[in-house]
Amino acid sequence: MDFSLSEEQKMILEMVEELSQKEFAPLADEIASKGEFPQKNIEKLAKLDLFGVIIPQEFGGLEMGYLTWALIAEKISTACATTGLIFGANLLCIYPLLNFGTEEQKRKYLPPLAKGESLGAFALTEPEAGSDAGNVQTTVKREGDNYIMNGNKIFITNGGVADVYVVIASIEKKIGPRGLTAFIVEKNTPGFTFGQHFRKMGLEALPNVELIFENCPIPRENLLAKEKRGFRVAMQTFAAGRIGVGIGALGIAQAAFEKAKEYAKERVQFGQPISSFQAIRQILADMATQIEAARYLLYRAAWLLDQNKPFEKLASMGKLYASEVAMSVTIKAVQVLGGYGYTKDYPVERYMREAKLFEIIEGTSEIQRGVIARLILKEGEA
Amino acid sequence: MDVIVCIKQVPDTEEIHKVRIDSEKHTLIRKGIKSIINPFDENALEEALRIKEKMGGTVTVLSMGPPQAEDALKKALAMGADQAILLSDLAFAGSDTLATSYTLSAAIKKIKRFDLILLGKQAIDGDTAQVGPGLAEWLHLSQITYARKIEIHDGRVRVERGLEDSFEVVETILPVLITVTKEINEPRYPSLRGLLRAKKEEVLVWTSQDLPLKASKIGLDGSATQVIDIFTPEVPSRGKIISGDIYQKVDKLIEKFKKEKLI
Repeated sequence: MDFSLSEEQKMILEMVEELSQKEFAPLADEIASKGEFPQKNIEKLAKLDLFGVIIPQEFGGLEMGYLTWALIAEKISTACATTGLIFGANLLCIYPLLNFGTEEQKRKYLPPLAKGESLGAFALTEPEAGSDAGNVQTTVKREGDNYIMNGNKIFITNGGVADVYVVIASIEKKIGPRGLTAFIVEKNTPGFTFGQHFRKMGLEALPNVELIFENCPIPRENLLAKEKRGFRVAMQTFAAGRIGVGIGALGIAQAAFEKAKEYAKERVQFGQPISSFQAIRQILADMATQIEAARYLLYRAAWLLDQNKPFEKLASMGKLYASEVAMSVTIKAVQVLGGYGYTKDYPVERYMREAKLFEIIEGTSEIQRGVIARLILKEGEA
Repeated sequence: MDVIVCIKQVPDTEEIHKVRIDSEKHTLIRKGIKSIINPFDENALEEALRIKEKMGGTVTVLSMGPPQAEDALKKALAMGADQAILLSDLAFAGSDTLATSYTLSAAIKKIKRFDLILLGKQAIDGDTAQVGPGLAEWLHLSQITYARKIEIHDGRVRVERGLEDSFEVVETILPVLITVTKEINEPRYPSLRGLLRAKKEEVLVWTSQDLPLKASKIGLDGSATQVIDIFTPEVPSRGKIISGDIYQKVDKLIEKFKKEKLI
């Protein structure tokens, strides 16, 4: 078992660390409080080729794998969770194109995604279909050379700003999940519009919007995988996406821990830094331990994905654990900072609000436990 | 336009407080301290890359230093330089600014082809600002220091030279040596593609044997100055903190001023 990073990975991380801490971190509070899409951050990531990490060289990427992607996303998320999640949601478009796209689809859509000239999104969630992913109400029907799409998607991350959407719709509603089908939908397709932007507890600058399809014609060549294979596309994409979401949670936890540690060493009460008190030391030790455990669950999931080995269980474990660690660490960080922690003068209250999302998106903690249980109970069975 | 950029590897500004002094050798102990490209030199490199992107040509980076200075040159390659040359030899050790600028000039004579030489206005460790001007003298070149803007048209260069409270506009013909300030630009980060390319590229290493040099002019022998002592200045006595509410503080302060006959 080799946990060391390659020379390339070290060089890249050094650059991303500097970029994230010098360019993104100082703006994170402002981005969050104004709720403005961090366009400049995204442009910087694009300029430095960071959107091309996973995409193969033949499609304009750098083909460096999911583990390298995860290491990069962690640095970004530690500095600015919003930027980290936009970077992560983009993966939800790249992954299904890579794994289910035809040669033509890959040639058309991957190079601009690799350059960051276009941004991606993935759309399954609807008012009636969240945890019950099979209950999608958006429909398509064949009409000449097109599929005609009708329905609404909600909470779609990167919605509105993204240029390419992988959308799950039903081609035969009465057979439930087995009727689901995946499509590539471009922004500006007639009949495709954006509805409300959902206001949130945190991460206000992260676009989560409603997508509306009204007799929206989708060319036949934009069918992704085959008809009625959409459920599989969605489940596999979610599994990969969980690594990205887990990494985002890990970044927030790391940022909260660092703030708590820094504060504990500086804050003097009863004539000594509060980091000398056992009560605080125990908290910091737990935080650091849990973060490290979450980190290696996620790295291992990414590594398995790179090796083309089954990664779903580790991805769910990593996402579940990292998001719960992020929640617990951020709550404790506020506690360590005491009254200051509750104020907007310090970022830890923001981290706490941001962390909550990670226990919900890309499958709630309860859904993750369900996935993990199903996979572990099946292990060893023929 | 063929541009040569001279860069120096220096201790990271964020870790500079960790640098200790070797009181016997009169040098800084840099072991374990992260190194970076001297920030002003990074501005010089950025300017060279922008000139190349606009006008075509090449960017060559040149540095004198120990073998680990290769890291700084690798970063320069990752940022987009075409070629990197490291002057490294024990015979160069102990060089002051005179010997350093002489050695760099010998390397530039060997490179031969250039229209422009760029450097940072000074290094953040030595702070002498002498290597740029010294190099221009050895090469019998015109020099413009403290540039905050450079424009090149038809073989002529027009430079805004930053002064303390104003700037002057200077014009001359190429070739020329220019030192730059940090106002001139915002250096780029190396891209992923740049980093991967730089990893594969070789840094050329030239020793004293590779250069047209007089042995008496390099290293300690060629240095006109020698450091006889280096020390941390004593920290002046700390300021006093006046307590109380804002009115009490102001009263106390005024009282103090009167007592010291400052007002």
